[in-house]
Amino acid sequence: MSDSKRVITRRQVIRTGMAGILATGVAPLVLSRNSWAQDKNFCNNPDSKSSVTLGFNMPLTGAYADEGADEQRAFELAVEHLNGGGDGGMIPTFSSKTLKGNGILGKKVAFVTGDTQTKADAARDSARRMIERDGAVMISGGSSSGVAIAVQGLCQEMGVLFMAALTHSNDTTGKDKKRYGFRHFFNAYQSGIAIAPTLAKAYGKDRVAYHLTADYTWGWTQEESMKNATEALGWKTLTPVRTPVGAGDFSQYITPVLSSGADVLILNHYGFDMVNSLTQAVQFGLRDKQVNGKQFEIVVPLVSDLMAKGAGAAMKGIYGTSNWDWQLQDAGSQAFTKSFGAKYGQPPSQAAHTSYVQTLLYADACERAGTFYPPEVIKSLEDYDFDGLGNGPTTYRGSDHQCFKDVLVVQGKESPANPFDLLEVVDTASKDSVTYDPAIFGGELGPYEPNKCT
Amino acid sequence: MDAILAQLLNGLDKGGAYALIALGLTLVFGTLGVVNFAHGALFMLGAFCAVTIRLLLSMETVTIDPEKLSPWGTPLEVRTPLAQQWFGDWGSVMLDYSVPLAILLAVPIMLILGIVMERGLIKHFYKRPHAEQILVTFGLAIVLQEIVKAFFGPNPIPQPVPTDFRGAADVGAWFGLQAGAVTYPVWRLVYLLFSVGILAAVFAFLRFTTFGMVVRAGMADRETVGILGINIDRRFTIMFGLAAVVAGVAGVMYTPLLPPNYHLGMDFLVLSFVVVVVGGMGSLPGAVAAGFLLGIVQSFASMTEIKSLLPGIDQIIIYLIAVIILLVRPRGLLGRSGVMET
Amino acid sequence: MDILVLPRKDLIVFICFAVVVLAMPIWLTPFGAAYPGLMQKFVIFALFAVGYNILFGLTGYLSFGHAAFLGVGSYTAVWSFKLLTMDVLPALVLAVVLSGIFSLAIGYVSLRRSGIYFSILTLAFAQMCYNLAYSVLTPITNGETSLQLSRLDARVVDAAFGVVRGERLPSPSLFGVELGGHAGFYLCAVVLLVAFFVAQKVFNSPFGMMLKAIKSNQTRMSYTGFNTRPYALAAFVISGMYAGLAGGLLAVTDPLAGAERMQWTASGEVVLMTILGGVGTLIGPVIGAWLIKYLENIFSAFNDAMLHRTFSFLPDGLQDGVVAVASKFVGEGWHLTLGLVFMLVVIFLPGGIMEGARRIRMAFGQRSGSAPQTKPDPVPAE
Repeated sequence: MSDSKRVITRRQVIRTGMAGILATGVAPLVLSRNSWAQDKNFCNNPDSKSSVTLGFNMPLTGAYADEGADEQRAFELAVEHLNGGGDGGMIPTFSSKTLKGNGILGKKVAFVTGDTQTKADAARDSARRMIERDGAVMISGGSSSGVAIAVQGLCQEMGVLFMAALTHSNDTTGKDKKRYGFRHFFNAYQSGIAIAPTLAKAYGKDRVAYHLTADYTWGWTQEESMKNATEALGWKTLTPVRTPVGAGDFSQYITPVLSSGADVLILNHYGFDMVNSLTQAVQFGLRDKQVNGKQFEIVVPLVSDLMAKGAGAAMKGIYGTSNWDWQLQDAGSQAFTKSFGAKYGQPPSQAAHTSYVQTLLYADACERAGTFYPPEVIKSLEDYDFDGLGNGPTTYRGSDHQCFKDVLVVQGKESPANPFDLLEVVDTASKDSVTYDPAIFGGELGPYEPNKCT
Repeated sequence: MDAILAQLLNGLDKGGAYALIALGLTLVFGTLGVVNFAHGALFMLGAFCAVTIRLLLSMETVTIDPEKLSPWGTPLEVRTPLAQQWFGDWGSVMLDYSVPLAILLAVPIMLILGIVMERGLIKHFYKRPHAEQILVTFGLAIVLQEIVKAFFGPNPIPQPVPTDFRGAADVGAWFGLQAGAVTYPVWRLVYLLFSVGILAAVFAFLRFTTFGMVVRAGMADRETVGILGINIDRRFTIMFGLAAVVAGVAGVMYTPLLPPNYHLGMDFLVLSFVVVVVGGMGSLPGAVAAGFLLGIVQSFASMTEIKSLLPGIDQIIIYLIAVIILLVRPRGLLGRSGVMET
Repeated sequence: MDILVLPRKDLIVFICFAVVVLAMPIWLTPFGAAYPGLMQKFVIFALFAVGYNILFGLTGYLSFGHAAFLGVGSYTAVWSFKLLTMDVLPALVLAVVLSGIFSLAIGYVSLRRSGIYFSILTLAFAQMCYNLAYSVLTPITNGETSLQLSRLDARVVDAAFGVVRGERLPSPSLFGVELGGHAGFYLCAVVLLVAFFVAQKVFNSPFGMMLKAIKSNQTRMSYTGFNTRPYALAAFVISGMYAGLAGGLLAVTDPLAGAERMQWTASGEVVLMTILGGVGTLIGPVIGAWLIKYLENIFSAFNDAMLHRTFSFLPDGLQDGVVAVASKFVGEGWHLTLGLVFMLVVIFLPGGIMEGARRIRMAFGQRSGSAPQTKPDPVPAE
């Protein structure tokens, strides 16, 4: 009996409670549900606030975690410099003199970070959290082209700028390009053009190449670009082999190389995958082999300091391309390396460099536009020429939002002078030589008008 | 021919690793009747014993050299390894051989860890349903890997092959093939021999010692052995420790092949369960046979010729084999009936 | 309309549940979780867990492959957006139908075995789906890059109705109403409520009784002449369709489908949710799903500065120590907390949070000296 009594009281309580909730909460919230998007004309407009929030979305776990950690260091450094801390890094060397160390448009720069886990789903979740909850007005990051493309698509829908950091796939500013997405980093197509003359000089024009390719957009486009560039030299290409990202043990894919008749192995891998596959390939004695009367060689089209460090001795003598290197002698590179090294005790990687530069470029674009309103910021970035950020004269092309600048051809150093002296710049492909017609990749940018955070 | 030999070697090499992990898992299941989802974590902990040894051996003193500058203009830090200060040349040899040395550390640590795990946690789950055993050990696996992550970070930490074992051996020449046709990394051959050795040792231990005999009797009929006045529980505890040791040393020796990270155990967990189930729950020879079988099949499926016939086969072959065997032979290759079916 | 009637007790549960779900934007605000992206996840994963519980909670079959159906649902929905129309109704219906077909095929084969063999079979199928989606099925799934909408997609139904292709990417809509942010959340919430209602009906039906009988003793069931497999298969397909619906909703709230959501860890996550909350109960899996998603999204964003603020009442030295220890459990270490909580629940509360709640209620009841108590059941049988 007492049981049923309790049920009744409980129900009464709930009924009253529900009425209360409905009356006070849900109804006004439903009616005004667009209010969080602000009645201003774009998403997360910081005009009414004293600070502006940037969202940094990096892989802190997964196959590209090393690069992600370095990106995070660079973002934090960039925010420090924008707010007037430290020695200002590349702000004094930057050709545009709008940045004064007083934040962006006088607002202090705050930031939030997230872990993409090198997965598109997790990255979108994380980016949505930054935009919807933390009010980020710009998202940066990447380290996987799959992730970058997924987040770039989201940012286009949300009307928030995406300043891609490390993404090397042709698709990012090719068939999947977006009005709200900008890339400072170079791409696989440029890598192919840049590295081909060096390969021809070092390895000759009569080679058979075997590709091991990371099975996603970046791997495919790099494989294609390398195939086109090397076949133009006269090389032959065997059927490429696709490997899953994060495979760890690549031995079962390497053993068939031994008897394939190929005399060059091209590793379209990045991050820890590249470290593993390169080390394992060297363990298999590939570099001591003679095939077709020639020395067997390995090429890694995209390398970074972090990977060279991970691969250690296996990296010696191996050719690749880089967006930037800390040992460059121009004033911008030196200033950046100095302030990064002083803060973290190690030189910055190319991932750190591009992240830092993208943050500065965004801040500068807002300053020059005089507003955070995305269409104006976008217009001030499109077809923008600048210098002093470590890559020499650079152009942000308006038709695909790709940066054009010199591309470095690097080689693993045989006898490093210090633990960080891992790569040597052996050649530079000029900005003009790596410029291409945007039409070859198709895609369309989409509208300028922001979506108002729907 | 060259290609097939290379692929076979690779399969055996992979299979050795699978068999070692599956063996420990089966030992635990066969003796204690517990499904241990934390077994992969034990493999990972073994790998991190190697990392720890190397970290200890490469501890350095840091002094600042005010005269010289680092490349970015701050005072240069001079690092001197302690092992070299104390042991001289021996120090660098020890550093070079850190992986084999780590076995000395891994055996006692894993034994103690295994026994503590069994006494502290697993013991209380003998009478609980298998599903709860799976869940609690799964939770334990998460906790163990997160502790490792908290100490060692999320990134893989490469471990070197000792200098004398670097490079590749000309296996083809041993079989009378043309020199240089089939080369295989020395350390992978060492790992294959090592796993075969451990497998043989465990089987010999169970077959030829009194302890092993009692344990086998206990596996067959625990109650009768208990009635005979033998403390079977204590022996089973030791078997759990032994399984942990097997997983641990397998992990130690694996580190030069694949830089270990905290997630290593989970990556191997699914695979090792597939191996155990394909071999038949509770069957030691089954686990070993299935380990080598799946290793070889996986290796051959990755050949370009086979991939071009059946695209994507290298990705799914292991699971496909598991499905087929479970449907054709419900209890796996060599399993007994009535085990783990409810 | 008998089919729409619930016993009074269940009706109360349903109404309370409806209020809690619909009022999420209010009561989640103090927790910092009241933004659409997360609330949508809360609701969708609750739906997933409720469906999973129909299989695992009622029949005891532990499937490690349900994420595959979630993935199938997502891909189907995105393809429906690409080829047919931006309206969500066809997308959701197709997602449910296709995941139902998948689960029928996989369930039919897997249910030939039981115990851990069943678990491994489902795991194997799910991993095959994942690995294929990631590699050779790239033309359908777009691999690692994830399947996304494009402005130039065909959308034949929309075209037939004369919808003009706009300048920008269209967003999913319901009868012309665009579903972003809170609108998307309310759609998911309504779907969850309907699905919860259906689950309540299943739990109370003779069919539900049959499933519980399979769990308690399948052998006995077979001896009495029942062929249990069709019932188990029906439960498998129903829960697969729930997963497909959840996957479809994921695509509705964010039109993108990636292969990762089919990975075995995603299947493991729904197992964790169900166990944490309380397997076999209706509300339990929902609570489990919310707890895990909250930990994953909010708890994981805690950092040292926030901890220092939290413990600012402590003296300095002590504060640093406490923060150093606590920081291992929040932020990136949130998995550690999850693992520990999960272990504690499995060890001490096999019935999950729901059993904990019942024990507390019972203890409270005893103190006030009312109502005779039944002994707590070690396995929750509701």
